[in-house]
Amino acid sequence: MTTPTEPYVLNIGPQHPSTHGVFRIRVVMDGERIQDIDMIVGYLHRSMEKLAEERTYTQNIPFTDRADYLAAMSGNLGLCLAAERLARVEVPERASYLRVIFAELQRIASHAMANGTLVSDAGAWQTPLLYMFREREKILDLFEMTCGARLTTNYMRIGGVAFEPPPEFWPALLELVDELPERISEYEELLTQNEIFIARTRDIGVISPEDAINGSLVGPALRGSGVPWDLRKAEPYCIYDRMEFDVPIGRNGDVYDRFMVRLAETRESVKIIRQAVENIPDGSHKTDIPLALRPAPGEVYGRVEGPRGELGFYLVSDGGPAPYRFHIRAPSLINLSLLRELARGASLSDAVVTLGSIDIVVGEIDR
Amino acid sequence: MPSGPTQIDGGRVANALNRALPGIATTSTEEWVEVESSRLEEALRWLHDSEQFDAAQLSNLCAVDYHDHFTVVYHLQSFDLNQQIVLKVRVVDRDTPTVPSSYPVYKGALLQEREVFDLMGIHFEGHPDLRRLFLWDSFPGHPLRKDFLGIGEGLTSGLQRFPFENKEQPDRLLNRENIVEQGSQETPEGWSGVAST
Repeated sequence: MTTPTEPYVLNIGPQHPSTHGVFRIRVVMDGERIQDIDMIVGYLHRSMEKLAEERTYTQNIPFTDRADYLAAMSGNLGLCLAAERLARVEVPERASYLRVIFAELQRIASHAMANGTLVSDAGAWQTPLLYMFREREKILDLFEMTCGARLTTNYMRIGGVAFEPPPEFWPALLELVDELPERISEYEELLTQNEIFIARTRDIGVISPEDAINGSLVGPALRGSGVPWDLRKAEPYCIYDRMEFDVPIGRNGDVYDRFMVRLAETRESVKIIRQAVENIPDGSHKTDIPLALRPAPGEVYGRVEGPRGELGFYLVSDGGPAPYRFHIRAPSLINLSLLRELARGASLSDAVVTLGSIDIVVGEIDR
Repeated sequence: MPSGPTQIDGGRVANALNRALPGIATTSTEEWVEVESSRLEEALRWLHDSEQFDAAQLSNLCAVDYHDHFTVVYHLQSFDLNQQIVLKVRVVDRDTPTVPSSYPVYKGALLQEREVFDLMGIHFEGHPDLRRLFLWDSFPGHPLRKDFLGIGEGLTSGLQRFPFENKEQPDRLLNRENIVEQGSQETPEGWSGVAST
């Protein structure tokens, strides 16, 4: 005889370590199993898209820092590329190289954070997270050295980058690049064969490639399901077409694969940075653009492969100084489209790990 | 010229759409194709299933307010062919703008349509769970509309001129001496990084 059960509602968040930010989930539970899940977002909504309509293109760059605050450089790059395409601005080669170096450093820092918190969600409380923060810290030091800020960098400009890195930047970068592969191996040894970690992540939160594509998943969440889609290869921007790197993909589409994809991607990023440092040409780090930049009427959808996937900027210009419409295609938000289907029937602890593996940044969800 | 490197000609999409589903595409340019809003789902399903376009993913969905009408913009992505289609739908009714939901074809529309509903006030017919996403239910109006609260008669939101611009001579900039020359980024004398009192 089975004991009759009754569903109950459990509230997680908005302030909870496992939600990675001010993000609230309302879960209907039947015993240990999730019957239904509802996400409540908007606690961090700052109406960026509306505010952007009253600011010039350059004044909008700081918004991209604060949208995805763990990958400010990628946000800067996305907006600048879109605005440059809209205003037909050419970028000097050196600036493109600098942009790639910083975007890839940002990717490593962001993946370190994503994987660190994922492992933390899986039960390895804090130790691996702090290990991964060690490298992130060094990367943020490099950012600070160059543009004075660690998180909200506001480094890139339409037509290039704001500053030339200081002389002490290059030796510090090379030292870090030499050190990183060793560190990544360390994490691989520590975690990828760990029985507990495998038990908590293998075959958990499985997303089939068909669902991943149809559910608009991008980035490591899509590649973890075995779809080799990376905008750096598919639609090379900056100088990615000159770089040699691989696109790691997963096989089963579970949490473990998404973790491994991120880990492998950090290796590829190190490769890209090394090539960029070797080949960076001399020259100017930005071109002069008219201070009163008024792109011709038109629209553009510029996108970059951010750490969380396709980060798009849909800009509409009416010929004025500010964008007529400024829309950020936020991968963090859209990657959650399948959350309900993934969570149904799963246990709560698995759902938390799945959410961690999708890697959300609430600043970008809410904007 | 299409504005994205892998974006395909809207005219090509319009021709193919009209051949398969007569009269569905109303306008097209090199960048985008506009379809009749009542037949949106049909168009999306055809593009999704066709081998020629293989629009596997709805990569972006957003809406633009053009004062007299709304445009809902769909960016469709094909992975196998590596090409992007920009599809638009025009909605004229400002009081209860309604567009068929693309959720039956693309599950990825779930949250994007909720976002557009919240901020632009466009209803998506057939959406399984159309609620506000960011703002609370009693929030007045839809902020991304150009006639949102606080904007007076005959005025629109948005920046009309640069902050440093001369009103009488819009092409001339004021305060030229404040513009920092490139390469002159030394710390000013006596500046310690702390604001002096």
